[in-house]
Amino acid sequence: MSARDAILNRLYQRRDGAISAPESDFSIVQAKQWSDEDKIDLFQQKIESVHAEVHRVSKDNWLDKLKELAQAKGLNNMLVPQQAQVGVDVRADWSEDGLPELLSYDQPIEGWKAELFSNVDGAVTDVRSAVAETGSLVLWPDNDQPRLMTLVPPIHFAILDAGQLKNTFHEVIVSGGWVQQGMPTNALLISGPSKTADIEQTLAYGVHGPKELIVLIRQ
Amino acid sequence: MSHNQPEKTAQSGVKEFHPRVHEAINNPQIRANFRKAMDGLMDKRQAAFPSDDELQGLRDLVAAIRLRALSKLPELLEKLEENLTANGVKVHWAENGDQACQIILDICQQKNAKSVIKGKSMVSEEMELNHYLEKHGIEALESDLGEYIVQLAEETPSHIIMPAIHKNTDEISDLMHDKTGTKKSRDVEYLTAEARQQLRKRFEKADVGVSGVNFAVAETGTLCLVENEGNGRLTTTVPPVHIAVTGIEKVVENLEDVAPLLSLLTRSATGQHITTYFNMISSPRKEGELDGPEEVHLVLVDSGRSNIYQDDELLDTLRCIRCGACMNHCPVYTRIGGHAYGYTYPGPIGKILMPHLAGLDDAKDLPSASSLCGACGEVCPVRIPIPKLLVRLREESVAGDSDHNNSSVKGRGSKRSTSESLIWKGWAKMHKSGGLYRTGTGAATVFRFLMPNKIGAWTKCRTAPKLAPSTLHQQVKARGKNGGEK
Repeated sequence: MSARDAILNRLYQRRDGAISAPESDFSIVQAKQWSDEDKIDLFQQKIESVHAEVHRVSKDNWLDKLKELAQAKGLNNMLVPQQAQVGVDVRADWSEDGLPELLSYDQPIEGWKAELFSNVDGAVTDVRSAVAETGSLVLWPDNDQPRLMTLVPPIHFAILDAGQLKNTFHEVIVSGGWVQQGMPTNALLISGPSKTADIEQTLAYGVHGPKELIVLIRQ
Repeated sequence: MSHNQPEKTAQSGVKEFHPRVHEAINNPQIRANFRKAMDGLMDKRQAAFPSDDELQGLRDLVAAIRLRALSKLPELLEKLEENLTANGVKVHWAENGDQACQIILDICQQKNAKSVIKGKSMVSEEMELNHYLEKHGIEALESDLGEYIVQLAEETPSHIIMPAIHKNTDEISDLMHDKTGTKKSRDVEYLTAEARQQLRKRFEKADVGVSGVNFAVAETGTLCLVENEGNGRLTTTVPPVHIAVTGIEKVVENLEDVAPLLSLLTRSATGQHITTYFNMISSPRKEGELDGPEEVHLVLVDSGRSNIYQDDELLDTLRCIRCGACMNHCPVYTRIGGHAYGYTYPGPIGKILMPHLAGLDDAKDLPSASSLCGACGEVCPVRIPIPKLLVRLREESVAGDSDHNNSSVKGRGSKRSTSESLIWKGWAKMHKSGGLYRTGTGAATVFRFLMPNKIGAWTKCRTAPKLAPSTLHQQVKARGKNGGEK
């Protein structure tokens, strides 16, 4: 008998018989709701508490803020999506002197792994939604904004619209219809820059992923 | 499990449990490192739950979610397999750690892999995967910073969440200096940045990534990983092959179940409202995608879990979500540290899990290494009645043929001693018969001068109890004759 069948047999033929389980009552999770204004405040407070940098911007001036930050951080270059609207907007208005060079993630990783790991300074992405309760960005990486884009470069700029904020992760899954829609290759919550406390519980940032996470909330 | 006694840590060696405990207790560095860390973790957890109502409500919910998953375990495992397979993930089943190691080795060899990079996985520790791969010429490198430090030191994790918690900054600085040539420094940022550089090169070159799984969602065929560093994401994204390995109990039914589980896991473990990354993987790289592994495998490991599953009481053991709160709050763990236990999983959860994985005959000292203070049960996010299970395993370890005779705990009865069981049989008999009781207690009083001054472990730090010159019955009788009160 295969290991699979042997294990399943043992589980199906459980000695003490069927297990009765109570219904799961999610009301304690569903009860968590905040006003739109409070959601923004809570999101900002939570994600700043884990070392992310947050800027509230308007739909008109966000690009100016991004330019200012990209320059201030001294980036030589950064990855920008080619199809997502944020990428299109950045590319359409990025001509001033002193701005980092815009790069595209436009080939399979195998072709430029060393380059991505050593020579890319930052990345700009949009997000799918965000969670107020925990200060988390929700991303579904795709061909245009691949998985490593938000992981390998040392600085990640995430552009979030205030209207994308949900109360809880539970709400994101349920109201976003994740199950009905089918899960993507990779779905992600990002809450702050990469960190560790493995050396005597002392926090240090940027251990494997980005050292800085900068969120622009467009209102 | 047999290759090189995989259940035991390198620290255990040939030494028995009690000498190891004494060694740990007499090591002021270990004592100080653990005390400081556990005090900090207890405070952080408490601060993460400002509302006790919310905490208790969430514990009820996640305990119910875990129990619901267990109540349908075989069905959910089949559903998980079906959905993962449909998504393009290959599912493998292993009866024990040896089989799981073999499966992983086969995949590596098919891919002609020379180097494996690892995200944190306690199941891979349990089956000693690194040694196994290295024995077959494949280098396995840990990428979680704590695991990396422990691997440099040629040790094993002393905590399931914070593997290098037994070391302080100076010790880690010295270790990294000796093994990797970094400068000696107390600057944690510097040490972390150095480790980042060392490991980045390895990620670029690795042929296979091996990770654990925190929750496996049957409904969608999704593997969830909880982490802060990003090494888990690198491990599961950069190498062309990703192998996830997990125990069969990690499955949950629905995608929405993971939301409260995640919330309680991170807050119970380290007091974080959430970790930096929650990584949900449902398939290998799809057509047109530019990164991610071409192949994803899941290895489901039993290793005694299906045996625990048979018993209504022991079943609760399988609800565990590996947060480590029980060890953070354990007065024994805080004093002796993780290595003294001598097994992959230390602390209270280890004491109720390892006897099943390694057998009670092997792990015979674990269930009694507890004062039954109850702290572990009180903080457990999934309400595992750990003290009750410790008592059950103590009973199992001395059980005779007639006790729990349905039980199938591996190595049951291995601590049973003929003289002890005879004494208790006599005790029971004496207490059932008035005549025997009076004769017995009377005789004990008369011959009390024969009572030894040394009675085993009891008198190591206590004086031996002395029987009174007359029994309670005799004294009450005498008072009655004197007319009551006086």
